[in-house]
Amino acid sequence: MTERRIKVDALARVEGEGALYVKIAGERVEKVEFRIFEPPRYFEALLRGRAAAEAPDITSRICGICPIAYIMGACQAMESALGVEVTPEIDALRRMIYCGEWIQSHVLHAAMLHAPDFLGLHDAIQISGVAPDLVRKALRLKKLGNTLMEVIGGRSVHPVNTRVGGFYAAPPEAKIAALIPELEWGVEAAREVALDFAAFDIPEDEEDYTFVSLIHPDEYPILHGRIGSSRGLDIAVPEFEDQFVETHVPHSTALHGHMADGSSYLVGPLARYANNFDRLSPAAQQTARDCGLGDVVRNPYKSIIVRMVEVQYAIEEALRLARAYVPPAPPHIATPPRAGRGAGCTEAPRGLCYHSYEIDGNAHILSARIVPPTSQNQPQIEADLHRVVSANTALDDAALKWRCEQTIRNYDPCISCSTHFLKLTVERD
Amino acid sequence: MTEPTLYIGVGHAMRRDDGVGPWLAEELAKRGQRAATHEGDGAALMALFEGEERVTLLDATQSGAAPGTLIRIEADREPLPASFFRNSTHEFGLAEAVETARSLGTLPPWVHVYGIEGEEFGFGEGLTPKVAEAARQLLDRLACPTHP
Repeated sequence: MTERRIKVDALARVEGEGALYVKIAGERVEKVEFRIFEPPRYFEALLRGRAAAEAPDITSRICGICPIAYIMGACQAMESALGVEVTPEIDALRRMIYCGEWIQSHVLHAAMLHAPDFLGLHDAIQISGVAPDLVRKALRLKKLGNTLMEVIGGRSVHPVNTRVGGFYAAPPEAKIAALIPELEWGVEAAREVALDFAAFDIPEDEEDYTFVSLIHPDEYPILHGRIGSSRGLDIAVPEFEDQFVETHVPHSTALHGHMADGSSYLVGPLARYANNFDRLSPAAQQTARDCGLGDVVRNPYKSIIVRMVEVQYAIEEALRLARAYVPPAPPHIATPPRAGRGAGCTEAPRGLCYHSYEIDGNAHILSARIVPPTSQNQPQIEADLHRVVSANTALDDAALKWRCEQTIRNYDPCISCSTHFLKLTVERD
Repeated sequence: MTEPTLYIGVGHAMRRDDGVGPWLAEELAKRGQRAATHEGDGAALMALFEGEERVTLLDATQSGAAPGTLIRIEADREPLPASFFRNSTHEFGLAEAVETARSLGTLPPWVHVYGIEGEEFGFGEGLTPKVAEAARQLLDRLACPTHP
């Protein structure tokens, strides 16, 4: 048997450790394993015994890029357990800060990390050489997202102004109003970047995904909605654990998410978009059309464009909310302790992020469960890789490696927030 | 008169020697220097460069040299070897930030980088002895009033 092994260690630095193993026999792909060997971090265990009020700040530490997703999921779950409901003003401010997270996370990934794959470039440094205006625009957009998070949350990495029940302090009206001119600029800038991406040479591929996301009748979902799928699933958030399961696999330290029948599913921008296209703003829908996208996008490589459509939408939303801003007074509602159980689910930039907690009469945590988007997407990532490798066995190992990494980046995977990845082994018989 | 040098300590204080940059920045701030810490992604680091004439970056390196080894690079004159520095979130770190800024023409005119080779980068606080000693020596040097 002739074996070829290729190891690419150039990106093998430290955290977010993953690898891909591919075995090909002739034209047939025998095995594809997306391996994660990031050590488990035991957040769910260390939450036990802590106060309910601590859950948002502790779980925010799961991720430096999408802390708001964890903060908001934990807040919602705790408020549900405590039997309280925040005011519309608090809810609007939460949506605004979440828009900031979508903007900065999507722009960082799409423009700085994923775009090089489409241009045959190795990194953002090279892009800034060939498309400096694109990079300048992307950096300014990302800064806009960070600024939103700083103004509302106190700082952009692990914000400190958020809490169960609302916010510690309401941002002054003048500070929110000061965001408006840059938000106005950002709407058009995001559209321009989306159109730039639409001109990329995008690989042909299509998959009949089961798209799973929040679905809301009146708004493009960020914080609210029922959990639905493109195949007709429609459940309330607390029913998540009846329909979705996580299992251990030998080749990964991260749990793999499946639907109850064992099938894989997709969460993230493509799923939100497919399930909620007509709740996008008219301008964001127009950008999607001008980029050549339909109401449903099944080519995973076009996720880079969908991310920018979502960025445009998030900026429009933040602008709408900033113009209508009324400081919540009081900035948070009372959250008296009681025993209970509660679930929360929001749309992190990478997709559905589910929390559930049980608390005792002193509002101390008895149990916690957190299901982040990347673990839900892992089986689908492997399915995509299997399909892509099968269709491209004629490529040499270097080109195949490139295509595989590009495929994984379609998901913006967040393995302790850092998987760009690292080792690829191709074994050919 | 131009602003004095801005020191930026890059790294995470809860990843052992990765915290050497932030430790230096905090000590320099106590001595009255302009100093900031940075633990996010490189794009946000580039934002800290805006409007600055002189920037000194302080970071841990992971180049294979002996722990505590100090390197100094005049980044305004020569490229940074990305492989020396620990990557930050999503692989867009210090070297990528400096080189992208250079490519876009937004790198401050004077940028120096000090790197101290780390030994331990696991979870936990506190620098290992050789790194702590190298950091104290560098601190004395940078905090000296005659240091440029």
